[in-house]
Amino acid sequence: MNIMTEQSLETAVDNKMSAKSNETIKMRGDKVGVFYGEKQALFDVNLDVRHNQVTALIGPSGCGKSTFLRCLNRMNDTIDSARVTGKITLDNEDIYDKNIDVVELRARVGMVFQKPNPFPKSIYENVAYGPRIHGLAKRKSDMDAIVESSLKKAAIWNEVKDRLQEPGTGLSGGQQQRLCIARAIAVSPEVILMDEPCSALDPIATARVEELIDELRQNYTIVIVTHSMQQAARVSQRTAMFHLGYLVEEGATDKMFTNPDDRRTQDYITGRFG
Amino acid sequence: MGEHTVASFDEDLEQISQLIRDMGDLAGSMVSGATRALLTSDNAVAQRVVSDDAIMDARQRELDDRAITLIAKRQPMAQDLRHVVGSIRMAGDLERIGDLAKNIAKRVGTVGLSVTPRDLSHSIDGMAQLVLIQVQGVIEEYAARDAAALAKLRADDERIDVKYTSVFRELLTYMMEDPRNITACTHLLFCAKNLERIGDHVTNIAENAYYVLTGTQLPANRPKQDETAMSVPAA
Repeated sequence: MNIMTEQSLETAVDNKMSAKSNETIKMRGDKVGVFYGEKQALFDVNLDVRHNQVTALIGPSGCGKSTFLRCLNRMNDTIDSARVTGKITLDNEDIYDKNIDVVELRARVGMVFQKPNPFPKSIYENVAYGPRIHGLAKRKSDMDAIVESSLKKAAIWNEVKDRLQEPGTGLSGGQQQRLCIARAIAVSPEVILMDEPCSALDPIATARVEELIDELRQNYTIVIVTHSMQQAARVSQRTAMFHLGYLVEEGATDKMFTNPDDRRTQDYITGRFG
Repeated sequence: MGEHTVASFDEDLEQISQLIRDMGDLAGSMVSGATRALLTSDNAVAQRVVSDDAIMDARQRELDDRAITLIAKRQPMAQDLRHVVGSIRMAGDLERIGDLAKNIAKRVGTVGLSVTPRDLSHSIDGMAQLVLIQVQGVIEEYAARDAAALAKLRADDERIDVKYTSVFRELLTYMMEDPRNITACTHLLFCAKNLERIGDHVTNIAENAYYVLTGTQLPANRPKQDETAMSVPAA
């Protein structure tokens, strides 16, 4: 018999779906503009975020890179005066569509902030909080498993496994940041946004987080804002340069840091910005 | 190109550029001195070239130190990174040019003792002139930041290769004519080979300089005309 059963047909389709290449666009910004009241902070940004790659956003202070990052999970909604124009999609779905549940969106697009900000709760609770409110674990044993695997993925499990009930705020800065990454991972996001995740960390903690970013790339799409040029060069595959609210240049990181096309990118990364 | 926000960064880069210019000038004077010494059997000039090589080596070590320190201190990016890494490479080639010139200078005494070199070394003179133009040209064009001229200069190495092939044949003929010429001609052959190698180092420098200036590599294939490596001409 040569007829494909329904089962095998489904498997074939699944296989095709899972063979997503890294060139797949995970998120797409189309003519994105942001206004804070009357003032326009971001102009016509067209930027693709590729599946399971690290995209670094660089540029001088006030260039709009954090503003753009915050559009990707609608964090700008929390600012009353902020207004976003244009279109941003996640898997081809408009995230500003009125049918989108923002809480669910932020579970799919997680965020790690500049300063580690663990909840004033135990290490365990910091990680368990998200899965609990999203109803991801029915039993205690399920929750234990989520907490353990999230802490392991964030490369902090070995350091905290014997003191899960101690407060998260008692950890060192670098450990707190990895705890926050574990917290973001716990709700199984697809995209993780990082806003200068290492700026408050020492070089060793920074190296740990960078190593972690590299590992997380296997399973997550990452967008990182960083002021450290070397960090962008080390951790990302794509780099986007912002200036005065405009996207100046976007391209493969290797090229951006050895031979950028735009004069402004060149001046910025070589330290010639006046 | 604009200036860095940190002015001392510009100074550090300029010191590296200055060392490359110094080494380039020294390489030019060593090549010209070595060939002049060879053609006129001038031992004093030959001695000067030999002692100049120590200065060349010291310059290269200084450049290496400065470049490594600059990378550690400033983590250069884009054109600055290309500048520093390119300079390290160019300094390596210039140092080798110094070695080869010194090797020619060291043979001056031996060649001069065996025969009157003037008759035999005439064709080397022409080759040496071509090489000297290349050595001086590459440093000038790099200083002038002229990428197109560097690409052309690299292609011009072909003329040295052609000349080398003809010198090779000529010296072989002298040796067959009179076996007493063999010692001198063998030394001259080494000198010609050294000059040809100097030409190759100049093309390396041109390639590096082109990359530093443009961020792109010249195509890998360059026409080659050194036939001596492939066949020995029949008597």
